[in-house]
Amino acid sequence: MRYLPHTDDEIREMLEVVGNRDLDELFAGVPEGCRRKEALRLPGPLTEWELNEHMAALAREPAVSPDYQVYLGAGSYEHHIPESVSYLLGRSEFSTSYTPYQPEVSQGTLQAIYEYQSLMCRLLGMEVANASLYDGASALAEAVLMAIRITGKGTVALSNAINPSYRQVVRTYLSPTGYAVKELPYLQDGRTDMTSVQGVTDLAAVVLQSPNFFGCVEELQQGAQAAHSEGALFVTAFSEPLAYGLFKNPGGQDADIVCGEGQSFGMPRSFGGPGLGILAGRMAHVRNLPGRLVGLTKDLDGKRGFVLTLATREQHIRREKATSNICTNNSLCALNAAMYLASVGGTGLRELALLNRDKCEYLKRELTAAGFPVTFSGPTFNEFVCELPSAVHRRLLQKKIVAGLPLGRYYPELEGHSLICVTEVRTRAQMDTLIKELRS
Amino acid sequence: MKELSELVFPNDRKYSQEHEWAKLEGDKVVVGISDFAQDRLGSVVFVEMPQVGAKFSKGDECGTLESTKAVSEIFIPVSGEVVAVNTELEQSPGLVNEDPYSAGWIVEVKPENPAEFDGLLNRDQYVEMLQGME
Repeated sequence: MRYLPHTDDEIREMLEVVGNRDLDELFAGVPEGCRRKEALRLPGPLTEWELNEHMAALAREPAVSPDYQVYLGAGSYEHHIPESVSYLLGRSEFSTSYTPYQPEVSQGTLQAIYEYQSLMCRLLGMEVANASLYDGASALAEAVLMAIRITGKGTVALSNAINPSYRQVVRTYLSPTGYAVKELPYLQDGRTDMTSVQGVTDLAAVVLQSPNFFGCVEELQQGAQAAHSEGALFVTAFSEPLAYGLFKNPGGQDADIVCGEGQSFGMPRSFGGPGLGILAGRMAHVRNLPGRLVGLTKDLDGKRGFVLTLATREQHIRREKATSNICTNNSLCALNAAMYLASVGGTGLRELALLNRDKCEYLKRELTAAGFPVTFSGPTFNEFVCELPSAVHRRLLQKKIVAGLPLGRYYPELEGHSLICVTEVRTRAQMDTLIKELRS
Repeated sequence: MKELSELVFPNDRKYSQEHEWAKLEGDKVVVGISDFAQDRLGSVVFVEMPQVGAKFSKGDECGTLESTKAVSEIFIPVSGEVVAVNTELEQSPGLVNEDPYSAGWIVEVKPENPAEFDGLLNRDQYVEMLQGME
């Protein structure tokens, strides 16, 4: 299909039909300050080889692996992607197909989603997972809305140790609704102060992220007790699902709704996207779960088949009363995660999680010994906060080391502290180089 | 879908414009949906009912009926407090289709204002309304 902008003749013809003299008159309803007065000043055309060089120069600008040693996590993680995943995902049967609108003829697509849902349920210890959402932040916003629908209450308590971007998305979703957000402070060990939940009225949900934004593993069981004793649901979020290859899953600690980001499972970081929104719950609440859901059934001949099920929750049937009107199934990313988990396997996932934890513990120990103490005493997985003055941070950048995320921008009280991430791809030699640079 | 003449509308109760029926039993009002409503809705697969003790005003949404092709709200025909819900429907939502006027009842309400019940449509008025819709 060719894309050509409207010609002057076409524009004149259309203006005549709607009865406007010129474009200025047509756009009179758009506020003055939102209108561009002069034409766009775009650079002239390039040859194909000039364009290639231009793009390559742009690509060289950011500090990314492998030219840089990157200790950035904070919701997007550098993990090894097995070659089998890249190969399989690139097959056109997968990469070109869209969520089916005549679903039952696409048994392969439905089975893939079903496998993904089953893997998520096993990983998180939950009873039902949907076919996926956009990303971790929107999954959290949907989880919060789901809790509000189920309980009929209007206040949600969010831990201050939840990823700040996730909290911002929740606030955006809730801003036109009139529902209230209460933030729960974090303690000196980097975990959430659950006593602050007591006595909050009209509480629909208590939300913790674990591992939280500081990398600290929260006491989920205590969180569940605190939520349930106030008559609220317990929602847990995550940005690093690999942690559940090692730690006790949220389902086993009485979480009612579990949500988070699945980028770690085989998706490249690509400037922060695309992500994978994971959302899982209990069967008792399934009618309040947003998004697509694939079920397993038998056809008239008794043969196994997959179907889209409980579709009456969804916007094409329930319209304005649907469980969500801002959701889609991120099918290719969900398939990506399913392929990744199948490639790594149950034992492999545990080994990989251990490797992340052990390497991270190594760097924590070495940093502390080098005079850069770890800020919080709470147990961590593959991320932690340590004291690292911004001048040191800038100096390391010159040496092609991105020493984590400075936290002052998100938490003013943590100015001079950085969030450091160590995954399986960081080598001991690299970490020793970092320490050497810090000591110099 | 059946013709109007094939549908049944008992004379021992009142009807609302939203196709609920309301039947006086002692000082309580039992509520369900009419034969017309269940026929147009198709096979009911799930009934979402209110909590016992919940209070509603006439016309409030007090639950939902989910069929294989649609979801419809249940509007309470009289103001009052829910004193019982038909828990049988949790396991057998199809009772709403099979026996809409008896085993398929949905909620029992303690009415606040008896005049509201008297103001509902009687059988003939309801059938007349349905004929007007056809």
